[in-house]
Amino acid sequence: MSTDLLYFVLMLACMTALAIPMGKYLAGVFTDAGHALPERVTYRLLGVDPDHGMRWSQYGLALVLANAAMLLLGYLLLRVQAWLPWNPLHLPGMSPDLAFNTAASFITNTNWQSYSGENTLSNFSQMAALTFLMTVSAATGLAAGAAFIRALGHAEKPEIGNFWVDLTRIVWRVLLPVCFVVALVCVWQGVPQTLASDAVATTLEGAKQHIILGAVASLEAIKNIGTNGGGFFGANAAHPFENPTPFTNSLEILSMLLIPSALTVTFGCMLTRKRQGWVFFGAFLVMFVGFLAIAYPAERAGNPQFTTLGVAQQHTVTQPGGNMEGKEMRFGIAGSSLFVTSTTAATTGAVDAMHDSLTPLGGLVPLGEMMLNCVFGGKGVGLINLLQYAILAVFLIGMMIGRTPEFLGKKIEAREIKLVMLAVLAHPICILGFTALAVLWPHIADSLGNTGPHGFSEILYAYTSATANNGSAFGGLSVNTPFYNTTIGLAILIGRYGTLLPMLAVAGLLAGKKTLPETAGTFPTATPLFMALTVLVTLVVGGLTFLPALALGPLVEHIAMLHDQLF
Amino acid sequence: MSGKQLPLFDPALLGPACLDALRKLSPRTQWRNPVMFVVWLGSLLVSLLWLQALAGHGEAPAGFILAVALWLWFTVLFANFAEALAEGRSKAQAASLRGMQRRIVAKKLVEPNHASRWLPLDASELRKGTVVLVEAGDWVPLDGEVIEGVASVDESAITGESAPVIREAGGDFCSVTGGTRVLSDWLVVRIGVNPGESFLDRMIAMVEGAKRQKTPNEVALTILLVGLTIVFLLVVVTLLPFSIFAVAMGGAGKVVTLTALVALLVCLAPTTIGGLLSAIGVAGMSRMMQANVVATSGRAVEAAGDVDVLLLDKTGTITFGNRQATAFHAAPGVAERDLARAALLASLADETPEGRSVVALAQSGFGLQAESFDTGNAEFVAFTAQTRMSGVDLGTRAIRKGALDAVRRYLDENGSHLPELLLRAAEEIARRGATPLLVVDANRAMGVIELKDVVKPGIKERFAELRRMGIRTVMVTGDNPLTAAAIAAEAGVDDFLAEATPEAKLKLIRDYQAHGRLVAMTGDGTNDAPALAQADVAVAMNSGTQAAREAGNMVDLDSNPTKLLEIVETGKQLLMTRGSLTTFSIANDVAKYFAILPAIFVTTYPQLEALNVMRLHSPGSAILSAVIFNALIIIALIPLALKGVRYRAIGAAALLNRNLLVYGLGGLLVPFVGIKLIDMLLVACGLV
Repeated sequence: MSTDLLYFVLMLACMTALAIPMGKYLAGVFTDAGHALPERVTYRLLGVDPDHGMRWSQYGLALVLANAAMLLLGYLLLRVQAWLPWNPLHLPGMSPDLAFNTAASFITNTNWQSYSGENTLSNFSQMAALTFLMTVSAATGLAAGAAFIRALGHAEKPEIGNFWVDLTRIVWRVLLPVCFVVALVCVWQGVPQTLASDAVATTLEGAKQHIILGAVASLEAIKNIGTNGGGFFGANAAHPFENPTPFTNSLEILSMLLIPSALTVTFGCMLTRKRQGWVFFGAFLVMFVGFLAIAYPAERAGNPQFTTLGVAQQHTVTQPGGNMEGKEMRFGIAGSSLFVTSTTAATTGAVDAMHDSLTPLGGLVPLGEMMLNCVFGGKGVGLINLLQYAILAVFLIGMMIGRTPEFLGKKIEAREIKLVMLAVLAHPICILGFTALAVLWPHIADSLGNTGPHGFSEILYAYTSATANNGSAFGGLSVNTPFYNTTIGLAILIGRYGTLLPMLAVAGLLAGKKTLPETAGTFPTATPLFMALTVLVTLVVGGLTFLPALALGPLVEHIAMLHDQLF
Repeated sequence: MSGKQLPLFDPALLGPACLDALRKLSPRTQWRNPVMFVVWLGSLLVSLLWLQALAGHGEAPAGFILAVALWLWFTVLFANFAEALAEGRSKAQAASLRGMQRRIVAKKLVEPNHASRWLPLDASELRKGTVVLVEAGDWVPLDGEVIEGVASVDESAITGESAPVIREAGGDFCSVTGGTRVLSDWLVVRIGVNPGESFLDRMIAMVEGAKRQKTPNEVALTILLVGLTIVFLLVVVTLLPFSIFAVAMGGAGKVVTLTALVALLVCLAPTTIGGLLSAIGVAGMSRMMQANVVATSGRAVEAAGDVDVLLLDKTGTITFGNRQATAFHAAPGVAERDLARAALLASLADETPEGRSVVALAQSGFGLQAESFDTGNAEFVAFTAQTRMSGVDLGTRAIRKGALDAVRRYLDENGSHLPELLLRAAEEIARRGATPLLVVDANRAMGVIELKDVVKPGIKERFAELRRMGIRTVMVTGDNPLTAAAIAAEAGVDDFLAEATPEAKLKLIRDYQAHGRLVAMTGDGTNDAPALAQADVAVAMNSGTQAAREAGNMVDLDSNPTKLLEIVETGKQLLMTRGSLTTFSIANDVAKYFAILPAIFVTTYPQLEALNVMRLHSPGSAILSAVIFNALIIIALIPLALKGVRYRAIGAAALLNRNLLVYGLGGLLVPFVGIKLIDMLLVACGLV
């Protein structure tokens, strides 16, 4: 237990230590006035003027159009992969609904996979469609975050940056170099990186086995650094080729938390409000630790019914104890709990344990984190989501102290609140709406792996994961059907652009406003009190929205488990 | 109109308010308040369900559905009642104003001068620009400007101040208000407005709320509340499929009833703040009225709470408005008593406040009696712009007093000179921010009278309080920078503008605004009008000119410049009341979930009984208790909505902590207790 806690503390310390240099580096990337050679070439190829400032509407339009074009490209590539090169296993093209779902999922950084990668996608599709989309979708989210932070620093200057510049720089200066290093480390740890498609082995019984290989390490790097989460293999990070050792497990956790946590430092640097940046870091961390404090003890305690049956669940030298169903022995309870908490916090969606097999409370943690979607959150969008709650907090606080609410010197008025509420609404609409539709859909019970509340959790999880652009699967649900592929694809798109665009608009509005000087009557937001209030508003709004659904899923399952009933 | 406190629940207002509450049930009225409109629709739906139950196809016992329906209607009615009561209070104020609008027959002058003959004309037929004569005992028919004459006017009907005021042509006291009465002499008035547009009419319209538009923060809050209501609507609507699914999966229990879902929706929706929101706004205007301030819009009241810079006129606001003699400084070789005597003689005929204060000081300080002087052959010399001195000639003996440079020139012309020591004393007095007046007796410099601006007691503490509120105070004065600095230091203002001209004032306001600050100021003169128009919150004195009152967005009927501080507090109070009740309303939802969620799902998942932490008697009583609590809390909070949450100048963070504790934590805990008590009561009465 104490070694586990020490492990958590060490990991969080590493995350913080890495966030500082990374955050400062990102701030430099986002504010640099010059353009490097490969970037100038890129701009010339794209035909854009890198010094042209965009208003939020232009920025948003460029973002949406670029994404739409790539969504279409990805869709086509997946449909016609049968005729494309590097397809030695002669895999057929995807069905329309699956191709839509997959393209939508990868362009939005969700990486929900209704299919199993190794027996659906050719090497070409994995690299050209998926790894490519994973990179640009990560860059898109981060670009939006950069624009948002930049906008908050502007006074009466509604231009929030240039989307093409942000996108290009993030790819050239951030994602490619960092991923290169991480991929090399993965290769060192035993992750394959080859263009060959399989290795043939003879098993002990003499049978011939095809072991699928491919460019795993490069995908693995962007999967975590880009908080994408889509695995090369269906088993994702539980597969020994994706995540061979406890070291790679820790590396992957740190990779996915790297940019989301560093962005708070970037925020502090770019706006010269260091304390404010740390306040947001603190808000992330407090929620993260809170969720970890639910997941780890729940998994460690395991199922009380085993104890009554006389099954030992204690941690011993030979066994990790606790709920080991669906977990890898090489990661154990601590490594798996931290991975679960991290992957749904940072909206990565990679899994190194089967979430379906988590204890009810353990399963509540990923659900809860994705519903809030701002416990670190995805690159860029996580911070934006937190700021959305911070703006709501500021609004309430402002009224409670008798002053028109101000956030970082910007007045928060009706138009901002309208857009923020629009962004807030995207989550309940998709998560609750689509879940309600799904549970009423004919023959839906056939797709479930379990009945009762657990079955309900499986559906709820699918739409939550899609809306939060997380992409992790609970498992247990057969989702490769036209209904699921379509509705999940829609949830993914609404969840992404339904929050991103309104918040970009908020950024644009704020950038066009005067920055008011701080006085003794201004509520200071760079304080622990504000951090606590932001967390509180996040939890209250999220809690009030999703408590009934959670009560019918993991909560009732947990209470039932304590009363010796399983589903 | 009087500034007396209205009782919160005036019995005379309760009856009409109840009737109004019923009248406001019309969907067109409800539509204006989206949160309550949702409740209204819910009540309608549950009522229909009751009818269905009566017909024998009920989803639940008809009695239960009826009870829920009734309490939902009560929720709507209570919210209506709160609004009606606030409006009723305002209307009562308006009625007292309207009482002043009497039928007046005006004397329309044929030619716009006093000598012209006049014709009687009903005041309602007057038009802007008409010139009328108002004589002693006449009522001023409409707002206008005095173009001829001087008269004392009784404005007590408007200001509540019984002492009559002087109104005269030209200068800053040339405006008269309709509904006031001339007590002596006569005035020739050019009417400045058309009937129905007068100051009084606008006040009545404002107070009655007929023109009440939502203020910017109110709009933002309404959007937030609507957003939350939509979220809860989604939560509740999706619960039905979830419940159907759970029942189908578990094969046990009953699908949740529509009645229960509507009850849950109404409990979750922010009805407490939604129901009281408009009452808070009306009450805010009403509170301004009680402070004898008329705002031309709710927007101005709200902006007052955001003010960061106050421009205050030195005279009248910070100091008593006139300089007073505080000391005599005798020249070398002159007895102080002789100086006092000379000063007294020079000031005997000086009727200015300064002159009288010199007499007063001489009398109190040296026991000199004005009557004891033989002033038979005295010839008083009045102050003129040329000599800039005043005094008295007793035969050949000339006694003069005046400003330093004027006296120096006078002495030089008469072959005398000012002693160096006296000059230095005078300069020293000026450096302190006071005014030196030199006294000359028969060409001999006797000494200096020190005239000082006396800062009002307690004003320094007020400014300190403002500083804690984050408001910067700037003193505006026509004095020279030296004098201004000294008074600024004594009064404790943050900054000052000396030798202020209207242009300098306007520029100062624009500079502050360019830095994103909200500026408030008071003014009364016509030359204040441009600055008043530029300021974000501009309080015109009722005694001021028509131009000033037109330019401002508030009028202070008491013409008390320190009123600005109260205005700021009222503005803050308005926002705080909304914010605190919003927090309270949202915090309440936690307890309501714990009451209703187990109640509606307990047949499907008996395990959820564990969430029934209040140990409520039965699912039915739990739902009913939550709905009843939700309705009653609106009534319980009406006094708070009308009175407003008290503002304390303790700094933003401390204020927040306090309000969070009271309304956040309170809002979390109170419903647990309240719902449990109602449940116990329902059980005790055998109602469930």
